[in-house]
Amino acid sequence: MKKLITTLLGTSLLATSALAADVKIGFVTTLTTPAAVIGKDMQNAVNLAMEHLGGKAGAHNLEVIFGDDGFAPDTGKQVTDRLVKQDQVDFVAGYIWSHVLLASRKSALDAGKILISSNAGPSQMAGKLCHENFFSASWQNDQTPMAMGEVLNKAGVKSLYIMAPNYAAGKDMVAGVERTFKGEIVGKDLTKWGADAQLDFSAELAKAKASGADGIFVFYPGAAAGAFTKQYHQAGLKDNLPLYSVFTVDGISLPKLQAANFSGIVGSKVTQEWDPSLDNVANQKFVSDFKAKYGTYPSFYAAQSYDTIRMIAAAVEKVDGDMSDMDGIRAALKSADYDSVRGSYSYGSNNFPVQNFYLREVVVDGDGNWTTQVVDTVLTNHVDPHAADCKMK
Amino acid sequence: MDYTLFVIQLLNGLQLGILLFLVASGLTLVFGILDFVNLAHGSVYMLGAFICASLTFALGNFVYALLISLPIVAVIGYGFERLIARPLYERDHLDHVLGTFGAILVIDTLAHMIWGPAGIAIPLPAALDGQTQLAPGIVVPTFRLAIITAGLIAAAGLYWLVNHTRTGMLIRAGASNRTMVTALGVDIQALFSFVFAIGAALAGLAGMLIAPITEASLGMGNNIIITAFVVIIVGGIGSMKGAFLAALLIGLIDTLGRAFLDDIFKLFMSSSAAENSAPAISSMSIYLIMALILFFRPQGLFPPKLR
Amino acid sequence: MQKKVFVQGLILATVLIVPLLLNYMGHPFYLDLATRLCILAIAAVGLNLILGYGGMISFGHAAYLGLGAYAVGIPAHHWLYGGMDVIATTNGFVQFGLALLVSGIFALLTGLICLKVKGVYFIMITMAFAQMVYYLFISIAEYGGDDGLVIDTRSEFPLVNFDDATQLFTICAVSLFFVMWLVWRISKSQFGMVLAGIKGNEQRMIAMGYNTFAYKLAAYVISGMICGFSGALLGNFTTFISPEMIDWARSGELMFMVILGGVATTFGPLLGAITFIILEEVLSTITIYWHLPFGLLLIGVVMFVKGGLSALIPKAEDKE
Repeated sequence: MKKLITTLLGTSLLATSALAADVKIGFVTTLTTPAAVIGKDMQNAVNLAMEHLGGKAGAHNLEVIFGDDGFAPDTGKQVTDRLVKQDQVDFVAGYIWSHVLLASRKSALDAGKILISSNAGPSQMAGKLCHENFFSASWQNDQTPMAMGEVLNKAGVKSLYIMAPNYAAGKDMVAGVERTFKGEIVGKDLTKWGADAQLDFSAELAKAKASGADGIFVFYPGAAAGAFTKQYHQAGLKDNLPLYSVFTVDGISLPKLQAANFSGIVGSKVTQEWDPSLDNVANQKFVSDFKAKYGTYPSFYAAQSYDTIRMIAAAVEKVDGDMSDMDGIRAALKSADYDSVRGSYSYGSNNFPVQNFYLREVVVDGDGNWTTQVVDTVLTNHVDPHAADCKMK
Repeated sequence: MDYTLFVIQLLNGLQLGILLFLVASGLTLVFGILDFVNLAHGSVYMLGAFICASLTFALGNFVYALLISLPIVAVIGYGFERLIARPLYERDHLDHVLGTFGAILVIDTLAHMIWGPAGIAIPLPAALDGQTQLAPGIVVPTFRLAIITAGLIAAAGLYWLVNHTRTGMLIRAGASNRTMVTALGVDIQALFSFVFAIGAALAGLAGMLIAPITEASLGMGNNIIITAFVVIIVGGIGSMKGAFLAALLIGLIDTLGRAFLDDIFKLFMSSSAAENSAPAISSMSIYLIMALILFFRPQGLFPPKLR
Repeated sequence: MQKKVFVQGLILATVLIVPLLLNYMGHPFYLDLATRLCILAIAAVGLNLILGYGGMISFGHAAYLGLGAYAVGIPAHHWLYGGMDVIATTNGFVQFGLALLVSGIFALLTGLICLKVKGVYFIMITMAFAQMVYYLFISIAEYGGDDGLVIDTRSEFPLVNFDDATQLFTICAVSLFFVMWLVWRISKSQFGMVLAGIKGNEQRMIAMGYNTFAYKLAAYVISGMICGFSGALLGNFTTFISPEMIDWARSGELMFMVILGGVATTFGPLLGAITFIILEEVLSTITIYWHLPFGLLLIGVVMFVKGGLSALIPKAEDKE
């Protein structure tokens, strides 16, 4: 037995020391469970970014090590510990899920690493728990639904039914839309989330229909998106309970909805800080190369992951690979001085982006594929509502 | 309380109950006759969904795909019995739990490798895709009615098989006295394989029926298997009638809990606390009921006579 | 006999020294791994008391891990963020005392009900109670609900510092050795003999005049408290507590450790935990499909390895 242990330990030690890169990035995402569909898209984008960079930041080699959070906060924390302590990465990045990020935060920051979220933007980490070594490459959870709230007001929606999964981000999303929506909230359901998430919404949809609301606001990311949209249409709610969603109809769910021929979704509108149709050089190269390599449009998860790697590379280049120059790295990240696929943006006092939010519409492109395109700018250079709670200057 | 909403929620609960019964019936058959704890039964439910999804795209029609998937899933159940279950019959329940837990991991990972992580949405034929008006104000998705109908037909077929055929007689005899059946010179091995195949087909059917609603997805079997176990324990292991009634009971409790509990909670706690705790408490109530029933009736509601 | 003692001593020494050595050589990750291993091994040893020696198959022991962890987390949470002044503290004696108390009471109350049923019904009713605890913690938004509870502070004891990874590991390892010794003592005592008798033939023990229910209940409570203690250590180790700890799959993993190592043996649960943790670690770094070889191995062990890994120790000790 002991022999076995020592041999196993020995081999894994060898495995880690054999590959030596100048700068190592740990990237935590979901690679198992149905939510892996998002993780795969992010992984693809990271690999594409590395390809575009030639695996280098200036003269320095970059290496990305992926970690699987299994869609569970405790697994996410464990894998973060491993990246920090065993692989000794310089940057910890990724994180789809707010609760996983909240659980893993301490492991990365206590070890003095730079932590960059490629998606999750929990309100706590924008406010009370903000940290000089934490940066967001995405948004704060409240912002996208805040933009949707404005859209609802403009559309003349007076009463709203709300559905979201019961976890950190779901609660932020609900709070976000409540911040800007001026009408009445007539009902709200928070459903079970995680690896054993609730996917049959019969009871909730019947309640929503009976509530007589002017519209329904939902947040169902990843695999749940398809299930929700389907049931929404099967219940025949399209005409009397219009759907307003965030992070639900996206590059992940659209190909699947198209395969199942859910034509009802074409024309529906969502808010987002990025879109494949955004007209800038970096974005067009990203979208066309992504489509050429993987055959689908990139999702916003992919766009943010791509940006994450680009902004790390820019910062490493700026300090010339000197990972001990933490002040220099922080300043470089904070300057947002790289070609982001969302166009240029800046960082607020809490290290969250100050950026535009667009209204986008589902359309059919020239090749017959379903995608989105920008129809309006809803919020301009928007600062998230929790920045005021952050004590950093 | 709104009367039409209540009726609709009753139908939703009925639909969940029927699906639970389809999964639980195979479980209780295998458990009652073979005394075998099969955690991997939920994986067959998932396989049914995925196979049916693939065939729907290959054939272009959900109904044909479902009919062809049924025998395929039955064969998988048969193979599972030969490979995994048979060597473990003589062992204790502990080995059953662990062996089939291992089987869950293997089957789930294989499904991940074959179909990818994304899950598959299944398109429905137009006739099943709309809504049906049952009474003024009571409009429900047609497909949910189809699930209830298909489930009831399967349940009736099972009732006929168990109560009015020779095989059924042996199955019932096996459930109450296994040695006697063997003593009668029946090929007990063949009977066991048959029971396994039937159970797999029923669980697979449940998976195929739910897939057009929730999509075929990884891990979907693990969500339902524990609830299905609750059903057969509450109903009494080996009892078909018990499984049926318990499935409806659990289905209704879960659905009505999700539908109305938060409004009740709001009477005595803040609205945000109610929204947060109501779904969890309604999930919890299922287990609470199981514990209560076992406390007063340690063999479940309808224990089969004699063992 | 000599050889057996030598092998056992070697195992214990390896568990204690190798991680410290690796940490010293600049691989702190392995110290973490070993800490987790020791904590889970304690829970497995606790489960083995009723599962192995008592023949009571509990499919819900992860509940005690969770209760123990929340008994550390909830006082720490209130100490950090206010509210519930009665229990708001970081004092380790209070937190660990609470963990033992809560898990003991929970085991007593559920034991009174669970032990009335037998066989598969017992497996399932223990699982039902664990699920209730699982959903209970999900429903309490104050303690994070589904998101779990991040505690930024560990239990405070005089002389030792839980924030120091080396000290925390040493405490977990020593606790493990103590719990192994404790369960070994129990199994060799009069009490343990009666328990083994009940596992073999309960009717006979009743006929001999033993109140078998009381014996089983006592074993059930001790087992629950050991797991609660392990949960308190786990909460301290991860500083993150979530309902996920109570999930039925976790209960299954604990059972797997005990059976893989060998039921009703002193070293079985430890060997099972070592194998489990190392397999999980090594396989999951190699491939995201690691559940496949893991599941195959599980099936293989159930089918072909009788008596678990500890049967491989020369002259297997105290097996029935």
